[in-house]
Amino acid sequence: MDQKELLDIVTDNAEYIGAYNIRVNGKLLERSTNDFVDIISKKDKDGIDIIVKDNTVNQTILIPVILTKGEITDKVYNDFYIGKNCDIKIIAGCGVDNCSSCTSEHDGIHSFYIGENSKVKYIERHYGHGDGAGKKILNPVTNAVLEKNSYMEMVTTQIEGVDDSKRITNATLKENASMVINEKIMTNLNQKADSEFNVNLNGENSKAKVSSRVVAKDESNQSFYSNVQGNNKCFAHVECDAIIVGNAKVSSVPKIVANCPDASLVHEATIGKIAGEQLLKLLTLGLSESEAEKEILNGFLK
Amino acid sequence: MIELKDICFESDGKQILKNINLKFDNEITVITGPNGAGKSTLAKILMGIIKPTSGSIFYNGQDITNFTITERAKMGFSFAFQQPVKFKGLRVCDILKIANAKKDVALSKYLKNVGLCSKEYMTRELSGDLSGGELKRIEIATVLARGTKVNIFDEPEAGIDLWSFNNLVKTFEDFQKEISGIFIMISHQEKMIEFANKIILLNAGKVEKIGTKDEVMPLLLNINKSCKGCGV
Repeated sequence: MDQKELLDIVTDNAEYIGAYNIRVNGKLLERSTNDFVDIISKKDKDGIDIIVKDNTVNQTILIPVILTKGEITDKVYNDFYIGKNCDIKIIAGCGVDNCSSCTSEHDGIHSFYIGENSKVKYIERHYGHGDGAGKKILNPVTNAVLEKNSYMEMVTTQIEGVDDSKRITNATLKENASMVINEKIMTNLNQKADSEFNVNLNGENSKAKVSSRVVAKDESNQSFYSNVQGNNKCFAHVECDAIIVGNAKVSSVPKIVANCPDASLVHEATIGKIAGEQLLKLLTLGLSESEAEKEILNGFLK
Repeated sequence: MIELKDICFESDGKQILKNINLKFDNEITVITGPNGAGKSTLAKILMGIIKPTSGSIFYNGQDITNFTITERAKMGFSFAFQQPVKFKGLRVCDILKIANAKKDVALSKYLKNVGLCSKEYMTRELSGDLSGGELKRIEIATVLARGTKVNIFDEPEAGIDLWSFNNLVKTFEDFQKEISGIFIMISHQEKMIEFANKIILLNAGKVEKIGTKDEVMPLLLNINKSCKGCGV
């Protein structure tokens, strides 16, 4: 698989027209900035500062990372400083193509400081490819601070190909801030994926909606842990749905804490095989069992 | 034509269906009877969801007793479940697309025919966000979208409000006019029984009567009145 194909998968064929920063095998390949978005390399460690000016709208920022070699550990710190009254989209992610027998690992630590009244859609896609015995490991961390009246939507996708991943998302929400997180993970073979969410609802009327939909196939193993702290009059809904195919194992550990009597917090979790009646319905529509299973799983992870 | 020959079904040592012999032609047949008569079991046996303990099923002369659900669906059998299934992730348009073997573009008409606005419903998920009545209508729409020759509806009126129910009867009439196929419906509703060409009264796993509304209704009311156990 070549570099371009990997980039297209990670950024979902987005066009490189605005500000972007492409990192390949631990080094900067290409960067572009404009009047609204500046990207500066960090001096003390690997990584960049992405600075978005106040009132920036209709900008898409692309921050892909590609690893095409084995025996590489790439740890990178990307800090996003988003001004006030912005409305922007950020697409980040990591594509690993490792055909060697050595491990390749990418740990992306992304921190967001989202200014008052700003709106950010953050899309993070993870993809692993390669037949070699070398493991593909990804450990992304997202830290987000949402200022008053700001909004962040975070969409993360990891569909097969990654041997081991531990994702941590930490968020702090101030007054009237809202956060929506949609996570989709599919593991197969002996892969392992852990996901942890720590959300602090500090501001009055802050809201968080976390939805995790995962499919665990074969002998893979997934765990979901969420810790939502309601420290003010706030609302949170955490939902974790897992479908097991084969001998996979899934655990879901919810924790919701109301430190304020006006906090309203909900957690829902379901784990199980594909429901028999769902298969039956699709069989009556003319699908075979394998086609029905595919439709159900694809829809679930859409 | 579908022909059932000596169909029996046993579950946990209990005989649910006893030597059922029936023929279904290109017309509307309503199967009615008290709760526990074996109506839904019979419908599921027709679709291949349940295998009969003994007996045979023929469709246009071909023995289809051992055909799977998928094989029957591909031959032109469709089935509307009594309890619609929920899917997380699949949207109304997704399931209608799967159902629509004719691959016509205007899927919206199938929603319209069950009294749902396509703009409002097409992209909604088939999950708990929809009410029981809405899910039921979508379930019926999946059968309409298939447009097959054999259509089996298990209590299509359940959960549908009165206003929609009257429209549903009209939809079924139009659908049958268009398809001219084998239309089998499990129902307790007098209105459904009224528009059927043939009514089959099932009681305690046996065919008690095949006839018109006037012939069957008095018998059905009689069964419902008498309860041998408590003498009511």
